Amino acid sequence: MAEHRAPIESGAPDPMPLMHPLLRKNYGQWIYHDHPKPGVLMHRAASGDEVWTVKAGTQRQMDVHTIRKLCDIADRYADGHVRFTTRSNIEYMVADRAKVEPLIEALNDAGFPVGGTANSVSMIAHTQGWLHCDIPGTDASGVVKALMDELYDEFVKSEMPNRVKLSTSCCEINCGGQADIAIIVQHTKPPKINHDLVANVCERPAVVARCPVAAIRPALVNGKPSLEVDEKKCICCGACYPPCPPMQINDPEHSKIAIWVGGKNSNARGKPTFHKLVASGLPNNAPRWPEVAAVVRKILAVYKADARPWERMIDWIDRIGWARFFEKTGLPFTKYHIDDWRGARRTLNASTHIRF
Amino acid sequence: MAKKPHETPLLDELESGPWPSFVTGLKRLAQDNDMAVDLLGQLETSYRTRKGYWKGGTVGVYGYGGGVIPRFTELKDENDKPVYPDAAEFHTLRVQPPAGMHYDTKTLRMLCDIWEKHGSGLIAFHGQSGDIMFQGIRTDKVQAAFDELNEAGFDLGGAGPALRTSMSCVGAARCELSCYDEQRALREVINSNLDDMHRPALPYKFKFKFSGCPNDCVNAIQRSDFATIGTWRDNMQVDHAYARAYFREHGMTDLVNDVVTRCPTKAIQVMKKGEVKAGPHHSVAELDDELRLVIDNKDCVRCAHCLNVVRGGLLPGKDRGVTILVGGKGVLKIGATMGTVVVPFMKLATDEDFEKLKELARNVIDFFAENALEHERIGETVDRIGLVNFLEALGLDIDPNMVNEPRSNPYVRTDGWDEEAAKWEERKQSAA
Repeated sequence: MAEHRAPIESGAPDPMPLMHPLLRKNYGQWIYHDHPKPGVLMHRAASGDEVWTVKAGTQRQMDVHTIRKLCDIADRYADGHVRFTTRSNIEYMVADRAKVEPLIEALNDAGFPVGGTANSVSMIAHTQGWLHCDIPGTDASGVVKALMDELYDEFVKSEMPNRVKLSTSCCEINCGGQADIAIIVQHTKPPKINHDLVANVCERPAVVARCPVAAIRPALVNGKPSLEVDEKKCICCGACYPPCPPMQINDPEHSKIAIWVGGKNSNARGKPTFHKLVASGLPNNAPRWPEVAAVVRKILAVYKADARPWERMIDWIDRIGWARFFEKTGLPFTKYHIDDWRGARRTLNASTHIRF
Repeated sequence: MAKKPHETPLLDELESGPWPSFVTGLKRLAQDNDMAVDLLGQLETSYRTRKGYWKGGTVGVYGYGGGVIPRFTELKDENDKPVYPDAAEFHTLRVQPPAGMHYDTKTLRMLCDIWEKHGSGLIAFHGQSGDIMFQGIRTDKVQAAFDELNEAGFDLGGAGPALRTSMSCVGAARCELSCYDEQRALREVINSNLDDMHRPALPYKFKFKFSGCPNDCVNAIQRSDFATIGTWRDNMQVDHAYARAYFREHGMTDLVNDVVTRCPTKAIQVMKKGEVKAGPHHSVAELDDELRLVIDNKDCVRCAHCLNVVRGGLLPGKDRGVTILVGGKGVLKIGATMGTVVVPFMKLATDEDFEKLKELARNVIDFFAENALEHERIGETVDRIGLVNFLEALGLDIDPNMVNEPRSNPYVRTDGWDEEAAKWEERKQSAA
């Protein structure tokens, strides 16, 4: 076997040589931006330079042919430079306003939706799912494709009260992250344990330690060292599954999908917030998850009709109250919405502030 | 020409509709790549059975202990042979992107060529931690693919109990709210701690994120252990021409409803020119010849809302720097937690400032390495030991900006009160 080369520990590459020259020239010197139309931003620098950005949606998991197609468009219409946003949109920068419309046309002709700026529903932050994850309860790319087909109009228009960020996660670890609307797998049954495999596959003390509610303990099953779960204590979170795959948590029938709303990353107006559970028990219905899409659409429609300008999802709910959120969306409010995890009392209403 | 494609009736349904389809992309790859053919076969099976079929393992490159996500199929026939043998190994290389995710097409094409040659041809721009994810490669090809990527200037990212790949917003490259050089900060901090990324030996993962302003576009507070967020100490800057332009376009109703009443601390007032008694802490923007927008910067919490609305008319001050928050994380194990303030303000302009940031980052990683329990994130450690113990270990001064409110229970031993009060007075004197 050939001698291996030692890695060059170069870390995160320097973006400067790759950056659009106008961004490099005006680095740190921007003074203004405008949003002339959905999918287009204009930034102005102190020097007077203007740069026009056109944002387009992608499928994130891209084949090399798609990436080359995006490159062809950049070479022909956009000075050969692009950047990606944290939500996997692609951005093309041009120095000349006259290049904006031909660029939009080229992107649309190639099947890439232009939008995602300002008060739009942006591309869904998502995870790996069945395509690549070792513990997924559902798919990621497929859920996102199905939902973005449904929300296409809201991506290419900018008609929401404020920006709307969505995420999906294939298990309760929630790699997709916090969002105005988050779509997350919610298991409803304790793990099914393959006792034949536990001893060989799992480091049992590590699995015991992983459980948030101390529901797992070592046990001898059929003469073999294994683990058992106190099913009355189990909260079906699936935390034991990654370190111990024989603790099978995923279930085609009982792994459901839950919807959470009101996460906000920004410090604008109120402090950042975590999203909160509003719906669960939705079926994991590949390949298009219509039940999930229906609830997301319903929430978005009510928010769009009812929220005032600049109200993010949580700002709107803070104003109208949770009781009216459930009333307006028609979603049932259940005992499962009332938190009982540590610190839960601060989520309870310790006042007579009630909207009638 | 690749082998014959499998029937994929469920995935085929994801080819219709207006959004770009990853299935169409995979099928295009499957025209000349057997791994893509069999990946589609396994994925279709998952869609039918609603189960995942990948398991982890150990795959890496010479010299590193992390950065490759191994995936082996668990979908086997009765003879324990993979049902889809050409996708039986489908590893991912996590590769750190250029800070700010800027590319030229030459670089993107080069990345495509390397991955087409060695892997499946499927690349995600980008994963949730910010990596370029080169998805789908056999074990025996991992080293060669990495060597080519590495020679081309790219390095593996983080995986497992390690420093993770970082993200910064577009920031100074194209945003008027940028308060520091985010891309430099990312590279200074991450690239000086690569040993903890490439050779995983921390109690659990550790993430840095860098946002240029309080809008926090990379979700640093919610999803990083160490959030570095741009802010400013002095008065907001005003540009009368842009402020007037806003007012001309929007008028009084929008100004009141969208700007004045949305200020979380009621720091903004509209006044007539003659009524304004501007002190040293006020920013005054001209709305027209008669009206002024008056901001009391002592009341302002730097939420950035009014800057978002009155674009260009209101801008961050000149005395810029960062707020640092520690302890953000996802669900496992105690529930999601946000980062909380450990440094209310730190200048971040000179080389010395960046050295200080690097030193703090290194010290926090060291503290984490030495004090966190296995599989514990730093936010959980802080929960367990209390913020004060963390601050004292790091030598950080306590500050009222670190709390929403002081404690409301008496369960604390306070026999060191006089010494602590003296420290406060001393700090106040030295700051004056």
